[in-house]
Amino acid sequence: MKIKTKIKEFVEQSREWTESFSDMSEKRDLPRERVRREEHMVDRLMEEKAGHMGLLKWRRLYLVLATVCAVTLIVVLLTTVAMLPVFGEHHEYMDTVAQYYIDHALEETGAMNIVAGMILDYRAFDTLGESFVLFTALNCVLILLRRDFQEEYRLHDYYDLTRDPILRRVGMVVIPCVVSFGVYVMLNGHLSPGGGFSGGAIFGAGLIFLSLAFGDDFAARLVSEKLFKGVAAVALGFYCLAKGYSFFTGANHLESGISLGTPGSIFSSGLILPLNVAVGFVVTLTMYGIYRMFRRGSFK
Amino acid sequence: MEIFKLILLLLLVVCAVCATLSKRLLVSVIIFMAYSLVMSIVWILLESPDLAITEAAVGAGVSGILFLMTLKKIHRTEIETEDEDQD
Repeated sequence: MKIKTKIKEFVEQSREWTESFSDMSEKRDLPRERVRREEHMVDRLMEEKAGHMGLLKWRRLYLVLATVCAVTLIVVLLTTVAMLPVFGEHHEYMDTVAQYYIDHALEETGAMNIVAGMILDYRAFDTLGESFVLFTALNCVLILLRRDFQEEYRLHDYYDLTRDPILRRVGMVVIPCVVSFGVYVMLNGHLSPGGGFSGGAIFGAGLIFLSLAFGDDFAARLVSEKLFKGVAAVALGFYCLAKGYSFFTGANHLESGISLGTPGSIFSSGLILPLNVAVGFVVTLTMYGIYRMFRRGSFK
Repeated sequence: MEIFKLILLLLLVVCAVCATLSKRLLVSVIIFMAYSLVMSIVWILLESPDLAITEAAVGAGVSGILFLMTLKKIHRTEIETEDEDQD
């Protein structure tokens, strides 16, 4: 009985503290010293309460353990970094693989950008897993943050930037540049630095900007839920069909039969271009979908 | 060039420390975005431009926006609970 009343007291007091905290965060122009004094008081009160409930010892133990863990981790990581070969220096194990890629990547994959040849041809299998990680992250966000469609979002749930003239004007100039640069990076992945991941990230950032500057309704009309689901399914399905068989062939690749073309032209290097586009769309939709879920909890 | 690299690396360390030590979360987020920008320049100096592009788009752009929106949401939930209490 006694313990129960004590706990009740504690809960009530802590609620008062949190309320005073939220008040404080709104009155930012309070004199600094007063804020600090109040914070100090709250800390002391907390410590007293913790001591009453026998928690103080645990807190000290926790602090010691945390310090020990952090120091061990730092030492282990620093020694590992110290054992790495110096940047840019030759190393007997690393050089054989790297040299192979540098010597053979262009003729075997047809990609001017050797990195693209590596991640979408030699290790396309690996990249398949990566895009599924992204898609899984998107699904988790959808599960956690999605709201019921019937539920109307309340007006004060929602902050509007569309009346900001500066943002709209800047958006009119910047958004087309951002989106077209994203598409360029995506399509040119086998020729120049970039590729699906970076291009998709830029494209997604452009969509987010569009949604911020011109309102969510406008963006929702452009990218409806149907389109979102369709493009994601097609992009991932295409990638799975193109490279998923590696699960059964033990990571050995079959000949795609598509000619590699002349290196340097836009239609070259076989499957790398369509795969880049597929990965790009998955990344774009992940960025945009996470943003929508954070913002409104639905695609409408 | 060496001096420029040193300045960038120092900036990285300063940004990383400041982002963790600053009291206000908004300041932390902005310093974190600055960290990403410096990091993208460092990636270019390390001759990996594709990483630089991704870092600039994701680190300085999208994740910053997500952090800021989360901050906004946290403040908003406080107002909401107050309203409910009044009801």
